[in-house]
Amino acid sequence: MTKHENRGLSRRQLLSHSIAAGAAFMVGAGFVAAPDAAWATEVVALQPETMATLVQMARDIYPHDHVPTEFYVIAVKGYDTAETAAEIEAGVAALNGAAQGMGHANYLAMGWERDRVDVLRGMEQSAFFQKIRGGLVTGLYNQKAVWPLFGYEGESFSKGGYIDRGFNDIAWL
Amino acid sequence: MVAKFELTDNSVTVIIGTGAGGGTLANELAQKGVKVVALEAGGRYLPEDYINDEWESFGQLAWLDKRTTSGDWRVARDFSGLPAWIVKAVGGTTTHWAGASLRFQDHEWKALTNYGKVDGANLLDWPIDGAEMAPWYDLAEEKLGVTRTGGREGLPGNNNYKVLEKGALAVGYKEVHTGRMAINSANRDNRLACQQTGFCFQGCKWGAKWSAAYTEIPNGEATGNLEVRERVHVAKILHDDAGKVTGVTYFDADGKEQTQMARIVCVAGNSIESPRLLLNSASEMFPDGLANSSGQVGRNYMRHVTGSVYGVFDKPVKMWRGTTMAGIVQDEARLDPSRGFVGGYELETLSLGLPFMAAFLDPGGWGREFTTALDSYENMAGMWIVGEDMPQETNRVTVNKDQPDQFGLPSPNVNFSDHPNDVAMRNHAYAQGTAIYTAVGATRVFPTPPYPSTHNLGTNRMSEDPAKGVVNKWGQTHDIANLFISDGSQFTTGASENPTLTIVALAIRQADHIASELAAGNI
Ligand SMILES: Cc1cc2nc3c(=O)[nH]c(=O)nc-3n(C[C@H](O)[C@H](O)[C@H](O)COP(=O)(O)OP(=O)(O)OC[C@H]3O[C@@H](n4cnc5c(N)ncnc54)[C@H](O)[C@@H]3O)c2cc1C
Ligand code: SF4
Repeated sequence: MTKHENRGLSRRQLLSHSIAAGAAFMVGAGFVAAPDAAWATEVVALQPETMATLVQMARDIYPHDHVPTEFYVIAVKGYDTAETAAEIEAGVAALNGAAQGMGHANYLAMGWERDRVDVLRGMEQSAFFQKIRGGLVTGLYNQKAVWPLFGYEGESFSKGGYIDRGFNDIAWL
Repeated sequence: MVAKFELTDNSVTVIIGTGAGGGTLANELAQKGVKVVALEAGGRYLPEDYINDEWESFGQLAWLDKRTTSGDWRVARDFSGLPAWIVKAVGGTTTHWAGASLRFQDHEWKALTNYGKVDGANLLDWPIDGAEMAPWYDLAEEKLGVTRTGGREGLPGNNNYKVLEKGALAVGYKEVHTGRMAINSANRDNRLACQQTGFCFQGCKWGAKWSAAYTEIPNGEATGNLEVRERVHVAKILHDDAGKVTGVTYFDADGKEQTQMARIVCVAGNSIESPRLLLNSASEMFPDGLANSSGQVGRNYMRHVTGSVYGVFDKPVKMWRGTTMAGIVQDEARLDPSRGFVGGYELETLSLGLPFMAAFLDPGGWGREFTTALDSYENMAGMWIVGEDMPQETNRVTVNKDQPDQFGLPSPNVNFSDHPNDVAMRNHAYAQGTAIYTAVGATRVFPTPPYPSTHNLGTNRMSEDPAKGVVNKWGQTHDIANLFISDGSQFTTGASENPTLTIVALAIRQADHIASELAAGNI
């Protein structure tokens, strides 16, 4: 993590660093952002690169290519608190340790999902992995804004149900 | 006018729990002029209060008190603190239920006789049969307004049903229809017809589905003979030196302990809480718990052989639209041991919203195998298996003396392991469900494991012989004449049908019996 802990990086260096590492994140002092600025989040208790790693981990656990990263950020944002920071930092350090054990600089530096998933499989039984995975089940899929990306329509009572809106409209059978 | 009774009034009948069993019994007794105090741990929620959002509704209605699990069922691993998905509210789990309302088949009342002895199973015949229950089923179907009975129309089939129907007919099934449902297919009983909103499991916001919360309870209250005390948790049933029950103690909404006297006590807390209450009421006179001379209290816990099959298609289904349990295949409900198991099963459509699908499709699952399934959520159809499971003595509810709940009362543990007959049936059903969806072009199929139990049965079972069960054919405990069991825990065996119509029919019948015994001065 040593390189990431260098706080004085210019925006250009940050960008080039991210690209060099093959990751989809810009990590700065107190924030993590998408290289194209599609989203950004400030961190309060976690190291910015910890948050970036956590977001990548979330994506690797529940990868949906059509779901923008901002929703994964929302799903793990709750861990960025003083109470949880130590546990998360330790968990991410273990993740990076496992990545290094496989010859990579850190988790984010692993270009292929396949390799990152190998690391995750190796720590599947750990309390840290289970906490993150378990939290994502509601943290990711219970975001109302995510539902339309899966076609799910949520409640219909306010629209009078589907009685006149296609409860039996299947046409391809 | 809503009645109000004194704590010291020892002429009342106390009913614990206001769900399918307790809620029905309370109303039926009140209609007959019997004074009733119904004690309900949950609060009162009506259609305007229901939330059509799966997790929010879960937080509003689910029973979340401390429970533990053991045994080799997967629920013990994936949901160790949540053996059952049931409701804590006035009206009980009839708030959540989907409304499927089926009578037992005649042979199912006599499982031991008709299936023969099955190794490891504690099979027994019910002390009643289909002929005896027929008139009570008639009354229950009328009360619930069950479709396809009493001249009522069936519900229209939604997309999920259409997929099931076409696949089922293609593989040769004949008994395929939109079910016998306690859901209005036309306006009835001052309640609307189904508006096909989905979210039947979260409480029907139109009141189209029967729930004790807005039928039995207010109807009973209107007689002036029923007082419902909500948010009160019954801790113990009391008895005198003669071994008759005399009342109950409960924690009221403020956590204060109260004692309500009673002439009769009826227990209807669902099949985990009911035996727990009997066990937690142990005394010097009854050291193993009330009504437990047989040692069967808490044993023979049944939950139906369940599981789901979800199929993914190359085009949208939108299974969440409309009634959750929108149709049924009944051909496999027959008794036919040549399939490799005794008992039968039904296949019924089911859908979960995206949030619950993520939690229940493959609990603990992750990675692309899992997420590509959810990517096809819109193109999924779903069905649920409900079949007869084998009663086993070791599948049981016990109490954890060292793990108290929020009131300091020993919490329940639910131990469950599948019987080989259950496994054989589930595998058969997975294969048939897969064949149904494959027949209409499914590109991928998921044999999904059982959810936390929604059908909880058998832990105070009915028996002719007092040594083999807890209650007689009226639901009256063999040991204590003025103590009754009025919920699904009476079930001797589970049959392949969803249980609630039978729970309601038994409650109507029990009310008739209690009222006439009271009038005759026998209890
Ligand atoms: C999602 C879902 C779908 C279902 N769909 C169907 C279906 O389609 N068809 C069908 O037949 N069945 C269905 N069921 C099952 C059905 O809901 C139950 O079988 C039925 O409600 C059980 O009735 P009961 O009287 O035994 O218990 P419940 O209805 O659960 O009532 C028990 C009540 O007792 C209260 N209680 C418990 N302990 C105490 C205590 N110590 N003090 C005070 N109060 C207490 C509880 O709060 C609860 O309100 C479904 C269940 C679920 C969860
Ligand atoms: S689909 Fe019908 S029964 Fe189910 S909740 Fe909606 S209106 Fe009620």
